[in-house]
Amino acid sequence: MRLVDATAAPAPLPEREHWDLRLYVAGQSPKSLRALSNLKDLCEEHLAGRYDIEIIDLVEQPALARQDDILAIPTLVRRLPAPLRKIIGDLSNTERVLVGLSIRPDRRA
Amino acid sequence: MPAKQLAALPKAPTGISGLDEVTGGGLPRGRPTLVCGPAGCGKTLLAMEFLVRGITEHGEPGVFVAFEESAEDLVANVASLGFDLAQLEAEGLLVIDHVNVVQGDMEETGDWDLDGLFVRLGAAIDEVGAQRVVIDTIETLFGAFENTAVLRAELRRLFAWLKERGVTAVITGERGDGTLTRYGIEEYVSDCVIVLDHRVIEQTSTRRLRILKYRGSLHGTNEYPFLIGESGVSVIPISSVGLAHSVSTKRVSSGVPRLDAMLGEGGYYVGSTVLVNGTPGTGKSTLAAQFCDAACGRGERALYFAFEESEAEIVRNMASVGIHLRRWVDAGLLRFRCSRPGLLGLEAHLFAMQKLVASFEPSVVVLDPVSDLLRIGTRADVAAMLTRQVDFLKAKGITTMLTSLNSDADPDQADQQIASLVDTWLLVRTMEGNGEHNRVLSVLKSRGTAHSNQIREFLLTGQGIELADVYVGPQGVLTGSARQAQEAQERAESATRTEEQAQRRVDLQRRREAVEAQTAALWRAFEDEAETVESQLSHGSTGAEGRADQRVEQGRLRRADADSDEPTVPVEQERERGAA
Repeated sequence: MRLVDATAAPAPLPEREHWDLRLYVAGQSPKSLRALSNLKDLCEEHLAGRYDIEIIDLVEQPALARQDDILAIPTLVRRLPAPLRKIIGDLSNTERVLVGLSIRPDRRA
Repeated sequence: MPAKQLAALPKAPTGISGLDEVTGGGLPRGRPTLVCGPAGCGKTLLAMEFLVRGITEHGEPGVFVAFEESAEDLVANVASLGFDLAQLEAEGLLVIDHVNVVQGDMEETGDWDLDGLFVRLGAAIDEVGAQRVVIDTIETLFGAFENTAVLRAELRRLFAWLKERGVTAVITGERGDGTLTRYGIEEYVSDCVIVLDHRVIEQTSTRRLRILKYRGSLHGTNEYPFLIGESGVSVIPISSVGLAHSVSTKRVSSGVPRLDAMLGEGGYYVGSTVLVNGTPGTGKSTLAAQFCDAACGRGERALYFAFEESEAEIVRNMASVGIHLRRWVDAGLLRFRCSRPGLLGLEAHLFAMQKLVASFEPSVVVLDPVSDLLRIGTRADVAAMLTRQVDFLKAKGITTMLTSLNSDADPDQADQQIASLVDTWLLVRTMEGNGEHNRVLSVLKSRGTAHSNQIREFLLTGQGIELADVYVGPQGVLTGSARQAQEAQERAESATRTEEQAQRRVDLQRRREAVEAQTAALWRAFEDEAETVESQLSHGSTGAEGRADQRVEQGRLRRADADSDEPTVPVEQERERGAA
């Protein structure tokens, strides 16, 4: 059982931190479109005003798949704040996205 | 068109020695092949060699997708085999893509697919125009993704996609518990399945390869030993050579003139295999050394594999019987390779030998002794290895001499398996008798030659090997000092006979002279007598004439008679005879 500081639990990250996110898609597939829409909603809700989303279509830039080590599509990469995190899927499971991005601590642990 | 469908399945040669023979030409072109086996069995290396040889020997660029090792590790690992991956990459013929998969790294937040991998692979294939792809080991993905149902569907799609792209692919997989691969991906790759294995039997490790499945093609079904040697993977197909090697009617001298004579028409056949079989200390190695010596003397190259003695020992020992090998070594005509059998596994020995034979190109090869190999393998394994070695050498037209040591207890039985392989089988053994051991040699078999059936005594002299006739008599076969005694006795008898003959010749001559003297004396006596008779006859001629006149007168009186000289005729005849 991990001890959690009750006062720090709801918002563990400093307010001023900027979020740099990158979403890798392959063409305009329904999965990709769904992921983008889910991501936008989520960021507006939790990271309003302090995030950037860059969308990379691997069909147009295939070299980046190897360079950034991308396997699954869609993949969301949190480039900032460090450390780098990767989340795959259409981001429909909001709870897991928040955990994966460390916006919310992992309650499963 | 049914006729077109019957056309042979197109194949992509692997360039891996032996594998193309076993698969009947290579892997199915444009289709994926699964290579599976336990950890450390050589899957990655086999796959990498398939790519590298594809580039260097068949002009087919390739892509290596590594899920396990980093590109740097891969480059380093195969550098020892002489594969310069960095160079191939720089030349734009090879792409190594390391997919870094960390277990539990990725949070799955919904529906996904492996389009990223597809894009990556597609880009790499396009980059070099790849015709060959290796995916090593894709099952690592099962540790990275939670949703294996999606992953399986995606892998199925990947293999279908590879087929669509028309690349010849090798997918590696680690053997699972009771299944070919840990996650059963053989279900998706069904065109060709190659199983590798790595077993240790009697402390000797042997790698084996088997073609489990090859849809639409004939293939060897056996387990074939394979090796990872200095120049990559080498599969040793036991029967790939078949029995179709060309044969020669030329002969090559054994180095021992008497032995050449025993074999008929000047020695062994070129490209044949000779087994020299015998008990310890019977001169097997000497026979082999003399064979090499003769070959080098003709300016040919000889290769001597020694499992018991070092080069220095062999050279010294042979010099003591007048076979000077040092000069041939210095001239580069003779090469030794001395190694204890236990140093390497059987297959590794075989491989090392074949490699050396291929580079040195000898016309004569000696393996001394092959019985030592039994220490590192079972009899059946050794026989199989020798069969392959003999086939290999025969195919190259190399005359091979194998020596084999057997125990006194079982002299003729020990090497039956080997003996059936060889063309000429010489047996050297010792015969005990008269308080000594003497070496004898016999030709037990020699295919296609009118060979001698006789036992010869085998002598190690200061001028090498000499063969002497043995004496077969009422006392049995005589060798050694008994033979020498017999020889001396024969020499003495022969001398006596010669003297007797000379004496008889002299006697005859004397007799002839005596007869001639007697004849001369008789003639002299006769001539004296004839002279006497002559003179007497001439003195008494008047009376005779008177008597003759009388007779004539009487005749005339009685009736008219013709004149006759008859009474003088016998006298004249006597005279003529005397003169002769």
